[in-house]
Amino acid sequence: MEPHSDTRRTAAFYDVDGTLIRTNVVHAYAYYAINSPAMGDKIGKTAGLLASLPLYWIADKFDRRVFNEAFYKNYAGFSEDRLVLIGEEIFEKVIKPNIFKGAHSLVERSKRQGHDQILVTGALDVITKPLADFLGCKDFVANRLEIKDGKATGRLLKPMIAGANKALWVRRYAEEHGYDLDRSFAYADSGSDIPLLSVVGNPCAINPDFKMRTTARAYDWPVLNLD
Amino acid sequence: MSDSSKPYNPVRYLTEDSRPLYLHYGEDFLTHKFPAGTRVVYANKPMKPIDNQGAAIRYALNHPEGDVKPLYAQLKPGMKVTIAIDDISVPLPPMKTPDIRQKVLEIVLQMLADHGVEDVEMVVALALHRRMTGPEIKRMVGPEIFNEYYPERLYNMDAEDEDNMVFLGETDHGEKVQIVRRAAESDLLIYVNVNYVPMNGGFKSIGTGLSGYQSIQYHHNPQTILKSDSYMDPKNSALYSSNERMGRMINEKLNVFHIETALNNKMYDDQLQFLADPEDDWSTADELKFKSMQWTLKQLPRAAKRNFFHKVPADYGLVGVFAGATEAVHEKTLEKCWQQHAVPVEGQSDVVVWGIPFESPYNVNSIMNPLLVRVMALGYFFNMYRGKPIVKKGGTLIITHPCYDQFDPDHHPSYIEFFNRCLPETRCSKTLGKRWEKEFAENPNYIEMFRRGNAYHGVHPFYMWYWAENGQHHVGRVIVVGAENDHVPARMGWLSAKTMDEALEMAAEHHGSDHDLTVMHHPPFVIADVR
Repeated sequence: MEPHSDTRRTAAFYDVDGTLIRTNVVHAYAYYAINSPAMGDKIGKTAGLLASLPLYWIADKFDRRVFNEAFYKNYAGFSEDRLVLIGEEIFEKVIKPNIFKGAHSLVERSKRQGHDQILVTGALDVITKPLADFLGCKDFVANRLEIKDGKATGRLLKPMIAGANKALWVRRYAEEHGYDLDRSFAYADSGSDIPLLSVVGNPCAINPDFKMRTTARAYDWPVLNLD
Repeated sequence: MSDSSKPYNPVRYLTEDSRPLYLHYGEDFLTHKFPAGTRVVYANKPMKPIDNQGAAIRYALNHPEGDVKPLYAQLKPGMKVTIAIDDISVPLPPMKTPDIRQKVLEIVLQMLADHGVEDVEMVVALALHRRMTGPEIKRMVGPEIFNEYYPERLYNMDAEDEDNMVFLGETDHGEKVQIVRRAAESDLLIYVNVNYVPMNGGFKSIGTGLSGYQSIQYHHNPQTILKSDSYMDPKNSALYSSNERMGRMINEKLNVFHIETALNNKMYDDQLQFLADPEDDWSTADELKFKSMQWTLKQLPRAAKRNFFHKVPADYGLVGVFAGATEAVHEKTLEKCWQQHAVPVEGQSDVVVWGIPFESPYNVNSIMNPLLVRVMALGYFFNMYRGKPIVKKGGTLIITHPCYDQFDPDHHPSYIEFFNRCLPETRCSKTLGKRWEKEFAENPNYIEMFRRGNAYHGVHPFYMWYWAENGQHHVGRVIVVGAENDHVPARMGWLSAKTMDEALEMAAEHHGSDHDLTVMHHPPFVIADVR
């Protein structure tokens, strides 16, 4: 290949839930709730979570941001240091076994091609960081809980990472760090992440839902099924 | 030898009273009354198949060609055996079940079991082709073998699985030889081939079939293709020479036992066999059958037609089976191939016509996209000769195909990008290769789709483009009849005509009114022995 005249760097941006891992933040939270030290707490949180699952599902389909806002209220009252520990534990026990078999290979090949690996996810930073480290990613952006007096308030810090926001974030990030988006890659599974795939020259739908699949087909984006 | 008692002449000259000819036109047929004096080259009649296939296979295994022991004499308990199998790209269309590969495997596996050989794995030799699906493999090897071996001991090779591919070394031309690890580490490598065209088999089976991009790039490139004076003639094919060098090196390092099978050209069952015959030999009933089939196809949506065609298997019969050493076996197989497919033809033509059917080796159960139309015309049909091409240097090819801008996103994802991103910039093979081949070959999306889905390798559209290199350099122009859009022929660099009459007029403007005109009546395919 002729050396490309553009010397700017290239990146591969990955959504996480359903794209690189089989599980999602609800699953991770359920794990946390079940493993909470106080029994009452556990029952309360688990029951609350289960009772509100249909609501989460509807909210998620409607708007990922609405879902995130509703969901992260469950974290209210958690201490900051505990969140970090639990994040690592969730990664080891829940996330790591659920990484798609092909995800590793995809990330490794992409790295070998000289693209910087960057995770862009609506999950929490405390859960995302161990995953980013494990996959050897250069950077990640994730949602962060607002902390007051060492405790989570249940609200997310703005700007919240979800849907179209991811695309906006990627554009800004590329500008700030000098990435060439035309030669960069992006991977996502959900219809809510179509904007993310739209801002790069090499989009790829992974395990797409109906909305993503139909869009990928319409625009001839590659569709990759990982298991 | 024909199975007919009357002498049959596959080369005909049309008269004023001749019937119109039918031509394949994708998933439809076109008919056209060509002028008197037009030469039409039909396929030979199907050779008489071997009745007792099992006996023929056993005989071949026990009486090998070349300096090798019979298969049974090479087997001992505890040894490690790998059986490589040709993939779905041959034969076309897929043959009626039981597939000949099933018959060979049943006998070979039984022989291995009888000799206490338990460490047996079967690998589909895909090279850079798409992975076969479970049902496709089941159809090829039969339900018994499939249920017993799939997926642990019967599987698709993965040319991008670095842990399971190894380099054996380099040829004296500096070509790196890469092969499936399991095959390289076996005490015996058996290759089960289906020889449908003379291009396949021999050293190419393992040299290409079990290797990956790191090896294939040495011969699948514009320079080598350009130096191939017909792929179908191994002696004059630079492509085959490269495979031969690699194959010889493989044979030095591994214990290889080839089993090659030659098929006749009986594409159609008895009901439709008239489609292979000259139209002037058709009965009134044949004509009625054809007209009703043509009418029915016109009424159906394209997807339904495609489905229908892909579901009709071919009625191929076995005409030869040989086993043993690579070259000795292949020589025998080629003899049978030539006997079945070669048609002596006197002289070249200024203008040659062929209809492009619904299927190429690369779209079984899929869509014949524009790149595959081109490779069928300028790659495969052009190369169906021995000696000289049927079309004169600078001559005109007229092809019939709708040239729809449709691609299968699961099978041919990188073709879409190649067609829409690279081709609008250049049609020059060397430029395409230099600028984009590596990028496509190493694109992680395409690699993972190739490994985990059913996609052809990312580099495959480049190979399709190169594959037509010698045809492209030889012919003066290509005129496509019946394209349903302007941009596909334009992107291919072809002229477009609404009707065959218009195309013939365009050709006459260039070659004069007294030009030679030949219609190659593929399929069943014909290899013109041009003198």
